Amino acid sequence: MDEDTRREIILDHYNNPIHKKVPNNKEEYEFVNTNNSSCIDNLDIYIKIKDNIIKDIYFDGEACAISTSSCSIMIHNLIGKTIKEAKEYINNFQNMLDELPYNEEVLNEALAYNNIYKQNNRKHCAYLPYEGILKILNNYQS
Amino acid sequence: MNQSDFPMLKKDIIYFDNAATTLKPKQVLDKMNDYYENYSANAHRGDYDISFKTDQEYELAREKVRKFINAREVEEIIFTSGTTESLNMVANGFFKKYLEENDEILITMSEHASNVLPWFHLQNTNGCLVKFIPLDANHYVTLENVKKAVTPRTKLIALAGITNVLGDERPIKEITEFAHAHNIFVVMDGAQSVPHKKTDVCDLDVDFLAFSGHKMCGPTGIGVLYGKKQLLEELDPINMGGGMNESFDDPQNLYFKDLPHRLEAGTPNIAGAIGLGQAIDYLQSIGMDKINEYEKSLRKYAIDKLIKIPYLDILNIEADGAIISFNVNDIFSQDVAYYLNKYNICVRAGNHCAKILKNEVGIKNSLRISFYFYNTKSEIDDFIELIKNKEKMKVEMI
Ligand SMILES: Cc1ncc(COP(=O)(O)O)c(C=O)c1O
Repeated sequence: MDEDTRREIILDHYNNPIHKKVPNNKEEYEFVNTNNSSCIDNLDIYIKIKDNIIKDIYFDGEACAISTSSCSIMIHNLIGKTIKEAKEYINNFQNMLDELPYNEEVLNEALAYNNIYKQNNRKHCAYLPYEGILKILNNYQS
Repeated sequence: MNQSDFPMLKKDIIYFDNAATTLKPKQVLDKMNDYYENYSANAHRGDYDISFKTDQEYELAREKVRKFINAREVEEIIFTSGTTESLNMVANGFFKKYLEENDEILITMSEHASNVLPWFHLQNTNGCLVKFIPLDANHYVTLENVKKAVTPRTKLIALAGITNVLGDERPIKEITEFAHAHNIFVVMDGAQSVPHKKTDVCDLDVDFLAFSGHKMCGPTGIGVLYGKKQLLEELDPINMGGGMNESFDDPQNLYFKDLPHRLEAGTPNIAGAIGLGQAIDYLQSIGMDKINEYEKSLRKYAIDKLIKIPYLDILNIEADGAIISFNVNDIFSQDVAYYLNKYNICVRAGNHCAKILKNEVGIKNSLRISFYFYNTKSEIDDFIELIKNKEKMKVEMI
């Protein structure tokens, strides 16, 4: 993926994030706040799981371009996945950030962060939404 | 001024985060190294030459601090780890026993966390009440508003001399005069004021003053608690241990040393104190008035340029401190900070530890630039060039 495409994807999801609002019937959703202690990103994530499948996700809050776009792309990619699939996907994304072997195909637009490791201070921004959602997914299983 | 004294400035950075911490001149680093290399011993203990020298230098640093803030006596200067520790010592060692249920502490919405949480904690443990002085339209403190907020139960006013987000200077002397006429103590958080302008505790007449070495060219991990002697005598040590006791046989027979050592348990930050003493010499060799004047001219220079940029929302067009807080419309402050970072310009984005300020100004996060005497107009020019180009910012912020 070239630099221009990366930038385009990130800015597109930053300027027009999907599902960025508090869901209408929020009592049907599980809620988690995720924030970055070393900066000021602060996201609320709402997720609806039924029969082990992620039915819906929304988010709200204030965060930088990287966190916001990453959250939007994450939501796009996770809706419809089973919990197991979602965790695999997240693991894969994390491997990419950590420069470990990963499967490119499943990540689609999330590949826009494939060289974010070069900016150490932004790596956590990209991962922040995943950190939040994992808290819910891990709890769900137990 | 004096750029060549600062090794960090040889690293091709523009450092505009001086409200967070300042750079250190070579003179301070050399002085600290000198301690570690040439007379590295503990203070107050040994009977050998280098320990004697350590002791002398440590106490000389205390005397430098005394003179710097014009305290009456050297016993009134307690070395701490910084403003935060100093304020917590005052809250827990003095006001905890002095304040009774429903006694009132006055602070403001624009205080730093370190001048909020010790008092909130006291409210939770002691039953006293933290109240807020209303701020004026600019979010500044006026004597009028202090008078309005004071009640017969007010026992303490705790204020920053200069605040760390808006950079406004408070009329501390007038407030103290009024407070003392009503039997109210005044605690001054000097973290942002002491480094930037002459501070005279006798003239201000505050009861306690806290400040940090690292914000005034000194090392991290050293700070000062000043208190009027008769009040410090009443301040209970939070830390007990070596260096502060006279004798002890059993729990009923504890004898503590006199001030200031009673409040400095354990091996102190010797290198830090000596470094702070050197930082004070350094600042005074330039002159605090000159520093203050120069910073004001820098601020004016920057503001005159910033107000011409239409998409900026400046939180404090008028302010005494060398701090400017602003937002770029439609761009998250942190993204702007990352953009500037690509050009080696260090600025801070966030709430700047003033988390309750958002209730007052209605803005959660902002960018903050803060100057010190080693900043230059040409650095400001470089910064303005980048801020002036919003399209570039949007492309390069990620
Ligand atoms: C106004 C104010 N008070 C207190 C502090 C706390 O200082 P320190 O972290 O050195 O204890 C700061 C530092 O950011 C400050 O700006």
